[in-house]
Amino acid sequence: MAASSVARVFEHQALVYRRTLRGSLFSSFLNPVLYLAAMGVGLGMFVDRGTGAAGNPALGGVTYLQYLAPGLLAATVMQSAALESTHPIMGGIVYHRIYYAMIATPISARDIALGTLAWITARLTMIAVIFAVVVLAFGAAPSAGLLLAAIPVAVLTGMAFAAPIVAFAATQRNGESFPAVFRFITTPLFLLSGTFFPLDGLPAPVQAAAWLSPLWHGIALARSIAFGAAGSNPGLALAHLAVLLLIAGAGTWLAVRNLQLRLVK
Amino acid sequence: MAQPSAASAADVPSLIHARGLTKRFGSFLAVDGIDFDVAPGESFGFLGPNGAGKTSTMRMIGAVSPVSAGTLRILGMDPGRDGARIRARLGVVPQQDNLDVDLTLRENLIVYGRYFDIPWAEGARRADELLDFAQLADRRDQQVETLSGGMKRRLTIARAMINQPDVLLLDEPTTGLDPQARHILWDRLYGLKQRGVTLVLTTHYMDEAQQLCDRLVVMDKGRIVAEGSPNSLIAEYTTREVTELRFSVGTQDAALPTLEGLADRIEVLPDRVLMYAEDGEAVAEGVHARDLHPETVLVRRSTLEDVFLRLTGRSLID
Repeated sequence: MAASSVARVFEHQALVYRRTLRGSLFSSFLNPVLYLAAMGVGLGMFVDRGTGAAGNPALGGVTYLQYLAPGLLAATVMQSAALESTHPIMGGIVYHRIYYAMIATPISARDIALGTLAWITARLTMIAVIFAVVVLAFGAAPSAGLLLAAIPVAVLTGMAFAAPIVAFAATQRNGESFPAVFRFITTPLFLLSGTFFPLDGLPAPVQAAAWLSPLWHGIALARSIAFGAAGSNPGLALAHLAVLLLIAGAGTWLAVRNLQLRLVK
Repeated sequence: MAQPSAASAADVPSLIHARGLTKRFGSFLAVDGIDFDVAPGESFGFLGPNGAGKTSTMRMIGAVSPVSAGTLRILGMDPGRDGARIRARLGVVPQQDNLDVDLTLRENLIVYGRYFDIPWAEGARRADELLDFAQLADRRDQQVETLSGGMKRRLTIARAMINQPDVLLLDEPTTGLDPQARHILWDRLYGLKQRGVTLVLTTHYMDEAQQLCDRLVVMDKGRIVAEGSPNSLIAEYTTREVTELRFSVGTQDAALPTLEGLADRIEVLPDRVLMYAEDGEAVAEGVHARDLHPETVLVRRSTLEDVFLRLTGRSLID
């Protein structure tokens, strides 16, 4: 019963999404094209100046475009995760109150939380796959297979943000606090978690602070997988994975709890 | 007409059974230990002003709001334990619309049916039938946003019927609608009643309660203050007729002593005086005989509004 109820919530999201399918897929495609062209190719020409076919030694022997691609993959999925977990949740609770229509049926608040998170996982997977296809079209991956292997990591990174943000959104009266989430959490992390430049050369306290950023773990893991380097330090790779799983798991638990507290009074 | 009370007819199991039903929000007592039974096929109403505890009671019956104290059985089940199974057999029309504005009318019904595990094809068949019933068939592929308030309410009622519920719960079904839209809605609800659907509704409109309810309870401040059919409540708590007198501004107080003894009971409101008597015309003649000249004199039948005023000393809608 419960599993099928979660599936019903997912199905509803998919039906609503179908209306905006084309526009949504197009922007999921355009976004990496613009970023990879401007940052990867454009900026990369300066970053890689003077380096040869062996790649940029400061970036571990890959071109800047290749270096950027897996990090940007995880970072883009994170940004989409934040978008999918803020206003759509508020819509269900406050704007259109659809969650209240759902809990009047056999669907429970827990089903809504889990079905919505399952849907966000599916959305992020779509975004990550399109992103990877664009990366391959740019010829920006040393190995197509390894890049595809990095997709689940990017999606997990997204869920490490989506789940706690859904939990947060479930406590809000309206969407007024959401710009702060973007301004003070996702945008700084997007810029400073090793998406665009390695943190290795930075002072030790900055490198230590990076451990607090779930996105840094996601990017580091995605990059090591995409470059086939994860095996060289499996302990670190597992640590990254554990951090992401822990945050996504705890966030899911909180999301269920907060939505129950919100809807069932 | 009066239905047999479920409590007295032991062979008819009540669909909804409440004893000492209580709802607390922190220190606020929203529902204060109420008892009632709803029999199969009955139209049962909760009448009361805003804040009387009607919606809290409905939400407990809908198995979406935990009971704070007392006993509640819905279709013989305990909402605390069998919430999902109870909800599977209820149809709910909430006070605030919560239709899916991103979907068409037809999709709204089918998707809602999916929450009850109704297969797509069966849901589509029922959706078309219900859109006919709600007189919305010609708009079935439009977005919900294009509908008027009355149409949205009808769609919400159609949606609540998608699982062929045993009980339809309606929380203030016509609040905020214009008179014409209300009459269309009443007509549809009356049709459901004729089909034997059990209706449970809240309202603060006495005309709505009189139109739709076989039996009702009057609620005030979380308690039930009276119970009966609309006519029996009127017979018990008020007179057959009412004469309403409106005096020009500032003259009402001076006129009051002269009105003494003209009616069985007199209610003084800030803007008018209500004179309760079996024969309202006789009261009006008496007023003139005592050389009083109110600006307007209106003789009308007593309504549930008068019952409410008698029971609580306050109007239903302030």
